[in-house]
Amino acid sequence: MIEVKNLKKSFGTNEVLKDINVTVKSQEVVVVIGPSGSGKSTFLRCINLLESITDGHVYIEGIDITDKKTDINKVRTEVGMVFQQFNLFPHKKVIENIMLAPMQVRNTSAEEARKKALELLRKVGLEDKAEAFPDSLSGGQKQRVAIARALAMEPKIMLFDEPTSALDPEMVGEVLEVMKQLAKEGMTMVVVTHEMGFAKEVGDRVIFMDGGLIVEENTPIELFDHPKEDRTKAFLSKVL
Amino acid sequence: MDIQWDILAEYAPFFLKGTLLTIGLSLAGILIGTVLGLFIGLGKMMKNKFLSLPFGIYITFFRGTPMLVQIMLIHFAVVPLFTGGTNAIAAAILTLSLNSAAYIAEIFRAGIQSIDKGQMEAARSLGMTHVQAMRHVILPQAFKRMIPPLGNEFIVLIKESSLASLVAAPELMYWGRAMQGQYFRVWEPYITAALIYLVLTLSLSFILSRLERRLATE
Repeated sequence: MIEVKNLKKSFGTNEVLKDINVTVKSQEVVVVIGPSGSGKSTFLRCINLLESITDGHVYIEGIDITDKKTDINKVRTEVGMVFQQFNLFPHKKVIENIMLAPMQVRNTSAEEARKKALELLRKVGLEDKAEAFPDSLSGGQKQRVAIARALAMEPKIMLFDEPTSALDPEMVGEVLEVMKQLAKEGMTMVVVTHEMGFAKEVGDRVIFMDGGLIVEENTPIELFDHPKEDRTKAFLSKVL
Repeated sequence: MDIQWDILAEYAPFFLKGTLLTIGLSLAGILIGTVLGLFIGLGKMMKNKFLSLPFGIYITFFRGTPMLVQIMLIHFAVVPLFTGGTNAIAAAILTLSLNSAAYIAEIFRAGIQSIDKGQMEAARSLGMTHVQAMRHVILPQAFKRMIPPLGNEFIVLIKESSLASLVAAPELMYWGRAMQGQYFRVWEPYITAALIYLVLTLSLSFILSRLERRLATE
């Protein structure tokens, strides 16, 4: 589903990713953990080309997105993304946030887009907020709307970039709940997070990154209970 | 300072005509300058340095030289070069448009760049093209932020249109100067002109603050 080969990324002379190789299978939930500055967010943003790739290849369902001839907008419709800062469109109502992309990109009719949006809002438990503006919502509600907005394009893959890091502690649960539900429904997910509980419970595989490299990857049980690398042990001892 | 009301009455029709031309010049300057300014602002934001350079030079020139010099150049040199003769009204409109376009270009650029880059990323991550994201996500938000500085620029434009009197475009200030020349009076013509300019600029700021309130989201 996702295949990352020899991915390298530099900002100027600063090499943030040094040779990353990852394969994510269909319906798999991969959790990426690591200290800040380890390159995990950059890695995620390379998967839908929000960051340009310095070297290497990323294949989404066999399509090489680093190929200049690839229509990246088309690939992005298959890859939903949820951001740490939500990035809802503040000048549009909640329902319009969700309807915008299907109507613009897929030429869905307003009527159909609205029906689909309401369905998604029901799914994330916010049907009553359809006509509200994003600024009137709590952080947890905003993030659930953001998830609904991404799902409106019916993506095959969902990327989560620290989706709960900007939330007050009491709102983390409601967002993780929606993500767990998605995982249960068989969504292919790559999640960058500091929520070790979520990683253990939902992750099929955990990747530990540090210094722009994948230090260790394994099933959650193995990685958390029997880490092999010293760097992994040091990191886990601080966060667990 | 005894006001001679009779000469004011005599000049009233001229002040009215002049005011209408001042409004016309300002409106033309605002409209042409805004459209031109949008393109120049987008031009200056292009990533390619060579392509954006001419737009940068344009802005530097029109912001860095006095409008009085620009209007003289355009009236006596540029317009005759193309038409063979002078035309004060055309020169005034041209100068006001080109000059305000430089300022408006910077207002557009600042407005667009003030929008958090996460907005563009969110729109693009949904599969929208750059143009779609600009049109539906960035510009509507940027426009709201641009209203106050645009309002300032429009007010400056109304006031600077008085420079057109120096190339004999018969606008408000022109008739003020004519009145001074005819009767050797200074208070009557210039206080009158000042008051009329004040009414024009106040009306404009009133309209703009109404617009701003209407576009505000909670």
